[in-house]
Amino acid sequence: MKVEQISVFLENKSGRLAEVTDVLARADINLRALSLADTADFGILRLIVKETERAKAVLRDGGFTVGKTEVLAVEVPDRPGGMAGVLAALGESEVNVEYMYAFVQKSGEHAVIIFRFDDIDRAIEALREKGVRILTGEEVCAL
Amino acid sequence: MPMFDEKSESMPRAELGKLQSERLSALIGRVYEKVPYYREQMDANGVRPADIRGIDDISRLPFTYKDDLRKNYPFGLFTVPLEEVVRVHASSGTTGKPTVVGYTSGDIKTWAGLMARSIAAAGGTRKDMVHNAYGYGLFTGGLGAHYGGEALGATVIPVSGGNTKRQIMLMQDFGSTVLLSTPSYALNIAEVMAEMGVDPKSLKLKVGIFGAEPWSDNMREEIEKKLDLVALNIYGLSEVMGPGVSMECLEGKNGLHIFEDHFIAEIIDPETGEQLPYGEMGELVFTTITKEAFPVVRYRTKDITRLMPEPCKCGRTHVRMDRIQGRTDDMLIIRGVNLFPTQVEHVLMGIEGVEPHYQLVVDRKGSLDTIEVQVEVSEKIFSDEVKVLEGLSKRIKGEIKDLLGVSCSVKLVEPKTIARSEGKAKRVIDNRKI
Repeated sequence: MKVEQISVFLENKSGRLAEVTDVLARADINLRALSLADTADFGILRLIVKETERAKAVLRDGGFTVGKTEVLAVEVPDRPGGMAGVLAALGESEVNVEYMYAFVQKSGEHAVIIFRFDDIDRAIEALREKGVRILTGEEVCAL
Repeated sequence: MPMFDEKSESMPRAELGKLQSERLSALIGRVYEKVPYYREQMDANGVRPADIRGIDDISRLPFTYKDDLRKNYPFGLFTVPLEEVVRVHASSGTTGKPTVVGYTSGDIKTWAGLMARSIAAAGGTRKDMVHNAYGYGLFTGGLGAHYGGEALGATVIPVSGGNTKRQIMLMQDFGSTVLLSTPSYALNIAEVMAEMGVDPKSLKLKVGIFGAEPWSDNMREEIEKKLDLVALNIYGLSEVMGPGVSMECLEGKNGLHIFEDHFIAEIIDPETGEQLPYGEMGELVFTTITKEAFPVVRYRTKDITRLMPEPCKCGRTHVRMDRIQGRTDDMLIIRGVNLFPTQVEHVLMGIEGVEPHYQLVVDRKGSLDTIEVQVEVSEKIFSDEVKVLEGLSKRIKGEIKDLLGVSCSVKLVEPKTIARSEGKAKRVIDNRKI
């Protein structure tokens, strides 16, 4: 149900992002989804890969500060109002979205959105109640 | 813990004062006669050797500054002919010429005895394996500690600084029990140990004797935790002797006993030169009363500390000095506020998860001084959420402002971007063009 996401601390220096992707490329690790949060001083790269532990290890060896968090991959109907419906369900149960980003691949007729919630278990409950489908880690990697 | 020289180290204070007085007047007579520089200085201040009858007269003597040592480069302040000098050391000359110090064979013996006292105060005995990671060479740390370890009868491993992985291998294979290094290098060793997957608990290290740079109590805790040993503070400077001028004892672990049968310590107001009473912070000043080749009279160390006269539970009667709070010359003046790098270190290390790797970058924008505190982001403080990291920056900024009264900016940097030390850590980069 929960999907593991890797996060990497990046100083705002040219070439740092390329170094991350280079380390992963050399280890033959394919990126399934990624997003970059940036501030004036630093950036946080978040990624989803198939082999989380191995990716963490190679990045650490490459000298990066690496973290791991659990996120949800949620199917959102790919039509006007699709996202609004999902967010409304979450709003009712007072779950906050810390951040979100879209998955590149579609799941059938659905878009896939990665969510980071303040309370992941409550979010799962709320989404299930409304019949929103949550993808498992394997499903995400199989897309 | 048995003392190396119990008679001297636990001498009643009245007797110690008498000994200091005798040695001081003998010293003054000698330098007046042998060293033109001291004679000129005393004459200029209207002081005669006969005026110095005891320690209470010491404040009548003029100070000696590092610059005076440079002006007499290289051997101008030696009181004995060069054929009696068996060794020289020199301090790094970051500005111009280094300062050169000399030792007779008697001085080397005295020094070895003081370093032996220091290692014994840390609980070291002849059964110990002393891992000496102070640099060998012109710097006094390496050879000073080395001779002390030998005088104690311990086994000394003269590894010097650098090549950290090999150091760790030797610690494992030889069973090092006592580590001597700078505190910043000790942290470097701990870090490399973690990278190599070596558990400090698997080593035999029990105590570390750290010195040659100012460090904080929080850094002590960090080193103790990461290396699984007791970390003690040692002090010394080449102009006075080298390491072993004062040493913290294992029992008290609070302040360093100054070996007063060889050195007279004073605390003065660095601005006015007035002697300050016990307990007050000021600049530490030393007079060496037993050195033969290169004695100094009222030498201004530029180190800021205070003297603690309270009796210590270890039984040593020698006065203690507090850990060095900073140096009058690495004191930064930021928009009129005095700031020592060690104060920033203390604040940083009080924040859970913050690593003791930091650097201060000082600059001047227009007419305003700016200070940037660079802190490495370890996995303990890293988060995938921007607000958590920004909150950390804000907290560091706020605590520095609250506790030290200085506004700074905080830059979170990637691990290992701040250069690791193999000797003295460089904490401040001052880009101000004044």
